[in-house]
Amino acid sequence: MSPAERLLDFDQAMALFDPVLGLEVHVELNTRSKMFCGCSTAFGAEPNSQTCPVCLGLPGSLPVLNRRAVESAVRIGLALNCSIAQWCRFARKNYFYPDMPKDFQTSQYDEPICQGGQVTVEVSGQPYLIEIERAHMEEDAGKLVHVGVTGRIQGADHSLLDYNRAGVPLIEIVTKPVTGTGAQAPQVARAYVAYLRDLLRGLGVSDVRMEQGSLRCDANVSLMPKGASQLGTRTETKNVNSLRSIERALRYEIRRQAAVLVDGGRVKQETRHWHEDVGLTSPGRSKEQAEDYRYFPEPDLAPIAPSPEWVERLRRDLPEAPDQRVARLRLEWGFSEAEMRDVTGGGALDRVAQTVAAGATPTAARKWWTTELARWANQAGVELDDVPMTPDQVAEVQALIDRGVINDKLARRVFEAVLAGQGAPDEVVRSLGLAVVSDGAALSQAVQRAIAAQPEAAQSIRQGKVQAVGALIGQVMKDLRGQADAATVRQLILDELT
Amino acid sequence: MNELILKGAAELSQLMADGQVSSQEITQACLDRIAQVESAVAAFLHVDAERALAQAQRIDRQRAAGQALGPLAGVPVALKDSFAYAGAPTTCGSLILRDWIPPYNATVTQRLLDAGLVILGKTNLDEFAMGSSTENSAFGPTHNPWDLERVPGGSGGGSAASLVAFETPLAIGSDTGGSIRQPAAVTGTIGVKPTYGGSSRYGLVAMASSLDQPGPCARGVLDAALLHRVIAGWDPKDSTSIDAPVPDVVQAAGQTDLTGLRIGVVKELGGEGYAAGVERRFTEAVGLLEAAGAQLSEVSCPHFPLALGAYYLIMPSEVSSNLARFDAVRYGWRVNDDGRHSVEQVMRRSRGAGFGDEAKRRIILGTYALSSGYYDAYYGSAQKVRTLIIEDFAAAFERVDVLISPATPTTAFKLGERAGDPLAMYKADLCTIPSNLAGNAAASFPVGLSPEDGMPVGLQVMAPPLADDRLYRVGAALELALRQQWSGPLWAELVRREESR
Repeated sequence: MSPAERLLDFDQAMALFDPVLGLEVHVELNTRSKMFCGCSTAFGAEPNSQTCPVCLGLPGSLPVLNRRAVESAVRIGLALNCSIAQWCRFARKNYFYPDMPKDFQTSQYDEPICQGGQVTVEVSGQPYLIEIERAHMEEDAGKLVHVGVTGRIQGADHSLLDYNRAGVPLIEIVTKPVTGTGAQAPQVARAYVAYLRDLLRGLGVSDVRMEQGSLRCDANVSLMPKGASQLGTRTETKNVNSLRSIERALRYEIRRQAAVLVDGGRVKQETRHWHEDVGLTSPGRSKEQAEDYRYFPEPDLAPIAPSPEWVERLRRDLPEAPDQRVARLRLEWGFSEAEMRDVTGGGALDRVAQTVAAGATPTAARKWWTTELARWANQAGVELDDVPMTPDQVAEVQALIDRGVINDKLARRVFEAVLAGQGAPDEVVRSLGLAVVSDGAALSQAVQRAIAAQPEAAQSIRQGKVQAVGALIGQVMKDLRGQADAATVRQLILDELT
Repeated sequence: MNELILKGAAELSQLMADGQVSSQEITQACLDRIAQVESAVAAFLHVDAERALAQAQRIDRQRAAGQALGPLAGVPVALKDSFAYAGAPTTCGSLILRDWIPPYNATVTQRLLDAGLVILGKTNLDEFAMGSSTENSAFGPTHNPWDLERVPGGSGGGSAASLVAFETPLAIGSDTGGSIRQPAAVTGTIGVKPTYGGSSRYGLVAMASSLDQPGPCARGVLDAALLHRVIAGWDPKDSTSIDAPVPDVVQAAGQTDLTGLRIGVVKELGGEGYAAGVERRFTEAVGLLEAAGAQLSEVSCPHFPLALGAYYLIMPSEVSSNLARFDAVRYGWRVNDDGRHSVEQVMRRSRGAGFGDEAKRRIILGTYALSSGYYDAYYGSAQKVRTLIIEDFAAAFERVDVLISPATPTTAFKLGERAGDPLAMYKADLCTIPSNLAGNAAASFPVGLSPEDGMPVGLQVMAPPLADDRLYRVGAALELALRQQWSGPLWAELVRREESR
């Protein structure tokens, strides 16, 4: 890795330049079989166990198009407000690389299946229009595992190849240059990818798991001096594997490019690699001598001609768009706009909805996902979806509170324990003895001990100064390590002293 | 000479049905013949005697048990070495695949086995089917049984030669620019290129995907039709195969009356550059067709002279991409794999050592033609020419039912004669290329020996897409007329020569 490069302060950079974004998102479709053969697409199988003559590119083998993948592509296009081609073809993208079984990728070139869409995303209450250039179909490559100290291709002793992923259907969604986002550029990029993730999940066409690579974003950014109209030289940052990384990587690239430009240098057009652990990008393949992919129409596949009737049927059956869903749920849940932004901004919408579906009130569901669980996710550096606690379990904790088995304070300890993998909520309550003390004798003994320990407070209450009860409640709670219901304790004290 | 090796597939089939001979006897006769003549002809790259005899024995048992068998069950066939046959070497005549044994069967291979045919082995070809003489095979050329000093045509020279060396009654070829028809013409055999999409390409190692088409090779028209029927038809594994009924080629091969058939002689395929002996036999054949009842006329296909140029842009473009996968990473011959060379170095050196000159020439041509900045001028223009040729055919087929021309401008040339002159070699396919570009059906039928050199001359018949049956109708009429003229098939002359030696 190259030594850290000079960075300009972000605000300073924003005072001098306008960033222009270009986002290329690769979506792995969740079809059961691959794009051009019958092999399974399941993730995590024994290397090369999900291969056949076609996806290994054996001599003589031929591709057969997965119709389901075309349907997913059309549905994605429709959801992005694209127009759907009435006739289009695949093209071969020719380049040599060991993870490409045929040494060409079957992709689409000048005849993509979806073109010219748009979506609107929101950052801090401000809407941003993102124009979609195209969405096209292609096949994924295999995976190279470099064996050696570095774990990267440089310095590897040898490399292993796993072709299980080769031929998995991909949709590549490419934006037009996104301008006018100013200092919000990194957040807009993040919000766009989050929007796509929600949209694709709603369509049910992909697992959209960034950490497994089923949603991948290549983030292009260039800088334009303020007031200029000519686009600057862009870099393309790869290996951006989470929403958080998108924001961080773009912030880094903007600061790096700004420093280069301020120093009178020239930004090199290149692919850069994001390193999440150290928070910087390093140069990869230089695109100065642009590779010539020698695209030409794929002669092994027939052209695709989606009938207008079929496309219309798919359009009719599209699920609600993410922004419409947010508006509907806000009304249903009775949240303020700020409250809803808390939920959507934190990527908690689905989790909250699932928790409500499991029986919790919207307010309770929102509370836990935007505080306790959001904090945990943030500390663990994972997405909310990957927090090891299910919406059902969250609803169960809330039910325990509602039934008076635990209180809010104990609930936080239940969350900690469940998140630490110590079991389901009810198990944790039992095994750690977290249930509130509801045994009358134990409670009145504790009340007696508190009165004895704080005679002055007790005296005040007897004299009618009921507000002094707080001190005694505190004493009881301390005694019982918080495992009591405060309202019950208050009533017991008042019963005793008045 | 064992009489069995001279018999055609239909006759052998009948003899087996009548219980007069077993598939094992026929297969053994072919294997014995192969052992006898291979050192001179070199038609085969690999002979699979063990599996051939096992299949023959299986068919004999099934027949003895009274099982219903297909019409070609038990009949031997030779397979061009570009078709995947699980468990047998499939080299494509290239060093880069010299050790490759496919784990799967091509659809054509599978259909042969399912129909009970006996696969004798794999036949020689120009490397990756690129050539018109088999001299581009990395494993040495095949010799033309009519004159061992001459080429058997190419790329399917091995399949064609094996027929007239009497090593097999049937063979399979593949035709990209004439690789079935040109060898058929110069060996005096029958070779048919079905309509593009009429037979499955799955498992045929691709040369140029939009042009390649598997087809039958035989010594007789009915035999070719019977084999055509076995291998043709829609295959879900090949997206370019046509989901339509196979034309009734067997029935057509039994028709010999051409009354009412309109035949167009292509004006552009003749004249300068065509050997006098070829033109003479062609003209005589035209007379025979007329005598059989056909209406002959001359038809102009004005863009055919552009076909060769367009072909040599489209074909290499596809070749450059199709041959990319031979990078020694997953299979194939690997060079410099000593742990000191990077994967790129191993790929480059393996390709450098594994491909022959013609393969490299076409990869370079195609890479250039597809390069950004040149694409429109080369690949793009060639595709426009292709459209014009399709239109020429369409216009011609409005006026006539089939088109005919000489199958090749000359008879078989001498080994080595054109090896150093690629352009001269390419011209051997001048007549056959238009049908590959347009995707229509075409075939070559023998029409005699040239008075100039005593070598066979072929006549090409071209039919509209999915009208493959018309080829056989014309072929059958020609075959009948010529048999009467020669008192037997053309290849009987070869037997006479061999017996008098």
